Amino acid sequence: MVESLLEILRNNAKESPETMAKMLGVAPEAVSAEIARLEREGVIRGWQAIVNDDLLPKGHVTAVIEVRVTPEREGGFDRIAEQVSRFEEVDAAYLMSGGYDLLLFVGGESLLSVARFVSEKLATIHGVLSTATHFKLKTYKQSGVLMAKPGDDGRLAVTP
Amino acid sequence: MSLGPERLARHIVGLPKSGIREFFDIVSTRRGVISLAIGEPDFDTPWHIREAAIASLEQGKSHYTGNAGLPELRRAIADYVRDRFGGDYDPAHEVLVTVGASEGLDLALRALLNPGDEVLFHEPCFVSYGPEIAMAHGVPVPVETRVEDNFRLSIAALEAKVTPRTRALLVNFPNNPTGAILGPEDVRAIADFAVRHDLILISDEIYAELTWGGKRHTSFAAVPGLKERLVLLNGYSKAWAMTGFRMAWVCAPAWMMDTILKIHQYQIMCAPTPSQYAALEAMRQPAEDMAPMLRAYEMRRNYLSAAFAEAGIPMHTPAGAFYAFPQVAKFGLSSRDFAVRLLDAENVAVVPGSAFGACGEGFVRCSYATGIDQLKEAAARIARFVKTL
Ligand SMILES: Cc1ncc(COP(=O)(O)O)c(C=O)c1O
Repeated sequence: MVESLLEILRNNAKESPETMAKMLGVAPEAVSAEIARLEREGVIRGWQAIVNDDLLPKGHVTAVIEVRVTPEREGGFDRIAEQVSRFEEVDAAYLMSGGYDLLLFVGGESLLSVARFVSEKLATIHGVLSTATHFKLKTYKQSGVLMAKPGDDGRLAVTP
Repeated sequence: MSLGPERLARHIVGLPKSGIREFFDIVSTRRGVISLAIGEPDFDTPWHIREAAIASLEQGKSHYTGNAGLPELRRAIADYVRDRFGGDYDPAHEVLVTVGASEGLDLALRALLNPGDEVLFHEPCFVSYGPEIAMAHGVPVPVETRVEDNFRLSIAALEAKVTPRTRALLVNFPNNPTGAILGPEDVRAIADFAVRHDLILISDEIYAELTWGGKRHTSFAAVPGLKERLVLLNGYSKAWAMTGFRMAWVCAPAWMMDTILKIHQYQIMCAPTPSQYAALEAMRQPAEDMAPMLRAYEMRRNYLSAAFAEAGIPMHTPAGAFYAFPQVAKFGLSSRDFAVRLLDAENVAVVPGSAFGACGEGFVRCSYATGIDQLKEAAARIARFVKTL
């Protein structure tokens, strides 16, 4: 049940327990209990809206930042990655294979505020060797959702 | 002779108008309809498949292929049929790529029938079966399937309709419109019936991948000794969500295939080349492509079954395809009136069961090839509607 339940919630986190129960062929209480368990165990970490920032009147800037760091003798990248992650400007942080170590998604009100975060907060952390900042120009797809307004699905209304 | 219907082919003019067509004309006059009347997937074709079609055009693959279809595609089809359903076909001589299973059915009937030959087929069924048989100069002989049998085809019903003129039996499981499937014992019994009466069996298995509740499709292709009298139809429309590509296949023994291919070759030349490249790509990872769609269909089927039960609408549990076939007779309306009044009152379209044969009367077909949000809304409106009856 867990996989199907998570699939439903990934598509629509606001789906009602009653509907999910019908879809899964179980009782609504069983759905609620399962969700509670997943939250308790930290599998479900939160509930968020998928927002297309491009449509907001107030400007919002997103950057991805590639960061090279010096791993430490104890704990490798963890300490520095966690330190970086704590900044509220950082929306997502991943340890990567390849040409750099950390990949950050950073949000801010303007280019300037993001630039300031990089130069004043990020680059100055002990152990950060270099940063490369790329600004997002436009969002086409986010969290699995296409940002273009869906048109008519193109099917005839009645077919054999 | 004046110019008018009498100048047209009698066996075509005499065909009944499609009940689906009539209902389409009614529905299309309205706006904002939630349609559960659509017999094709709501999913778009997986992107890598569409991309392969685009790439084929970029590479200038805009020419005819061999009549039977790309050899590598026929090989992939033979492999898929063997691995998935247990049929053993030689890709060089026993597999043909067609323009939809619709073409495959037409080819098979025209290759097999002489004027006046009778063909058994079960109703409720896909709307083209009767007309297709008639267009091939055969005589369509419908056999009823009943809700009491979960719409499985009974041997007793077949025995009652078979005559010395019967040449073929056309079956479709998982079934459109009932959602019925056959178990292995049903398949064996029907195959025995075909052998006993020396019939050719045409099996339309276009919904073979769409079975629910942990049940697996049993293909006639897996029945030992049946191959020499079996025409197996399947295709990409449903399981891969590729209706518009018009891609399907026929598997048949070599003695039949020569003649089937002759018709295809004179009439069609070959299936569209970009679609064939798309189909080839579709054969790379069928299970992965289908999994998310199949999971969604099954959850919607569960939802609809529960919602109709809650609304007091009786229904046999559909075990395959993406159709629910609830019984609405108890509300005192014909299935056509039920559908028209539901549309009027709640702007929800379902197809009257009578469109799929006389014995579909008393039922309506609800397709769950529709997003869950629409399905929820439609189910709520149907529940509200039946309270007013
Ligand atoms: C039972 C059945 N057979 C055949 C077809 C036609 O399939 P194709 O798109 O391959 O022509 C359909 C489509 O609705 C169907 O339901």
